[in-house]
Amino acid sequence: MDADTLTRPAKVEHLEEMQGFVECCADRCALDPRKKFGLLIAIEEAFVNVCHYAYPDGRGEVELACYCTGDSLVVEITDRGLPFDILSLPDPDTKGAIMEREIGGLGVHFIRKMSDEVTYRRQDGCNILRVVVHNKQDSGS
Amino acid sequence: MDIQSCKEGMATVVSVTGRMDAITAPAFEKALNELIAAGEIRFVVELAGLDYISSAGLRSILAIAKALKVKGGLICFANVAGTVKEVFDISGFGSIFQMHGSVADSLATFG
Repeated sequence: MDADTLTRPAKVEHLEEMQGFVECCADRCALDPRKKFGLLIAIEEAFVNVCHYAYPDGRGEVELACYCTGDSLVVEITDRGLPFDILSLPDPDTKGAIMEREIGGLGVHFIRKMSDEVTYRRQDGCNILRVVVHNKQDSGS
Repeated sequence: MDIQSCKEGMATVVSVTGRMDAITAPAFEKALNELIAAGEIRFVVELAGLDYISSAGLRSILAIAKALKVKGGLICFANVAGTVKEVFDISGFGSIFQMHGSVADSLATFG
């Protein structure tokens, strides 16, 4: 399956370009607008995490690969940085009062909630986060 | 992202339009912190024109809310709708903050 890919430096300033790329793929797959909105949030959370933590020296790249398959859109976010599985992080407490809530920790929560399937693998020196959304209203969150 | 604020009686109404993401959220936090430094502690944040918010936006909101709590202030939200409302709900923010259907309703809570 041929995927569309986009590679950019792991810098937050590329956020909108990365999201724009995924949005184009989502539109080509005729992804439901609500699903698309959630996916774009998941992409921001994953991309920003790589920008902040994958490359301690601040230099490195992120690749996005998108393809449609059946009724699903698959997006893989790949970096060559420090081995790190964002899915190993616990979900935050979303019930606490204002002063009890931790500042942060919501990123991985959104990745999980906004996707229908999400998996991590370490392969050939890369971290690969695979996010799948189904183009059906009855699945996912 | 565009931020406009105006004093309405007891509170300051802050309207945010566009995107609150990892790039723009710090500007929201800075704007609110400047208002807090100027003595404002009661805020109505009006989000009818907000198209997008991520965890970075929520993080900024929480930081402001915590700063206000310490000062005896309050932040509430008006016109949070659609997909932005869903993000509030998924994160639990929809239940820890006062949410109102109009700026007038928010202002009424400040007496």
